[in-house]
Amino acid sequence: MRLDTNKLIAEIISLLKGDHNSKQVVPPSGFTANLTLFTSAAMAFLAVFALALSLATGRLADRWASELARSSTVRISAPAGQLEAQTRAVVEVLRTTPGVANARVLSEDEQKKLLEPWFGPDLPVDSLPIPQLIEVVENSDGYDSEGLRLRLSAEAPGAVLDDHTRWRKPLVQAANRLRSLGLFSILLIALATGAMITMAAGAALAANAQVIKVLRLVGAQDNYIAKAFVRRFTLRALSGACVGALLAIIAVLFLPSASTEGGFLTGLGFQGWHWLWPFVIPPFAAAAAFFATRRAALRSLRDLT
Amino acid sequence: MIELKNVSYSYGGGELLSDISLKLAPGSFHFLTGPSGSGKTTFLKLCYMELMATAGSVQVFGRETRGMGRDEIARNRQRIGVVHQDCQFLDHLPLSANVALPLTVCGRDTAVEAANLDDLLSWVGLGNHGQALPAELSGGERQRAALARAVIMSPDVVLADEPTGNVDWEMSKRLLSLLVELNRMGKTIMIATHDLNLIRMAKSQVNARVLRISNRRLQLAGADL
Repeated sequence: MRLDTNKLIAEIISLLKGDHNSKQVVPPSGFTANLTLFTSAAMAFLAVFALALSLATGRLADRWASELARSSTVRISAPAGQLEAQTRAVVEVLRTTPGVANARVLSEDEQKKLLEPWFGPDLPVDSLPIPQLIEVVENSDGYDSEGLRLRLSAEAPGAVLDDHTRWRKPLVQAANRLRSLGLFSILLIALATGAMITMAAGAALAANAQVIKVLRLVGAQDNYIAKAFVRRFTLRALSGACVGALLAIIAVLFLPSASTEGGFLTGLGFQGWHWLWPFVIPPFAAAAAFFATRRAALRSLRDLT
Repeated sequence: MIELKNVSYSYGGGELLSDISLKLAPGSFHFLTGPSGSGKTTFLKLCYMELMATAGSVQVFGRETRGMGRDEIARNRQRIGVVHQDCQFLDHLPLSANVALPLTVCGRDTAVEAANLDDLLSWVGLGNHGQALPAELSGGERQRAALARAVIMSPDVVLADEPTGNVDWEMSKRLLSLLVELNRMGKTIMIATHDLNLIRMAKSQVNARVLRISNRRLQLAGADL
């Protein structure tokens, strides 16, 4: 199919203006029209959720990759007498390690808070041999974790460096994988919408073979005949997708909002300008319908002189 | 107008028309006759480009049909009015919309031409049938409506395939007089028919040439009628 951009744009404009008199030339088709509406609504609904999923997992992957990558922890377990000395030694080591932007000894209260979810609020932290934690924030260059480990073991034998990469990597990977799956689903939904509309248009074209033949005999050009069908299916897909996307947006609005307690599951949905994305889906469905129907119509017209 | 040079048409089963040459001059009136199945409809289809000749050259308005694009064929069809044997209406549209269909499909505003449409419908005697569906009309009324549709674009050529095929003699006379009237207005007319009475009657009104298809070839008949 040869596409002349200017002609195509003119065609789309005349389609949108709706002053086209080919509307009634093709007889109305009740039931299949409703099926097209329903399917594009369902597809738009699914597309909005796939979009929400991939955007949320994308955010998650980015957050885990960036925030957590910048911080690590040094844990010092030592007999009560040596704890303070070793802590000071570790802080000194960290202060002189290139790549470490900031090292902060966690206060007793902070440690208590970290343990609260596991042991409850009434834990007498001071009476337990709890290791001292030091939060290490890297600068953009990062530090050499092997070298740091060696220096720590020399200066403070009770210090262990935990740089989070061990458990962070598979999580980031999983989130990234989820995001690609979501995007792939959107692609599949788009292709399935195109296929569905091609089939529906094919059925409509076959059902109206006689009408098309007559139109051709009285001198109608291919574009005119195609437009009668393209217009219908484009508008059906557009209105179906609008309803589907709108319902999905409402459903996403009613998802529980993001919270730290709920973990990543509550982070589903859209944030900020990402809310614009679901509104892209109806025009996109209309465009898919436009091209699918146009292709089907012009192909079926080729068999007619 | 339409010129055929050594045209043959064959389909899967063999040759239907062979070595046909004919020139339709502007303002001429032709009958095309021959036994049924002899290829009259095929001949007309070659003229309005529904079929392409398998050999030889068909020129419509001075252009070789084989070299025409689909849109050019469509534009040329707007200059050729065809009365099909089976009328070929859109059954869901009322008669007036069917007659105006050639205007509609080439983007003309039918509201502007409404007066013309009314004149045309009363010319073929269907003035008060405009809102009827094609299925509600009799055979003769449908044939007359088909003629009205064929001429609404004011074509240069009118091709009619058995326009009196399923109408009674009175109606045949009326249809013929409409076609003769069109010819007097300068249109080129070609009527495929096997109704010899119709031809005889036409000869008294207009200078008509009679072509006969027999044995796959086109011959000038006439004297024997």
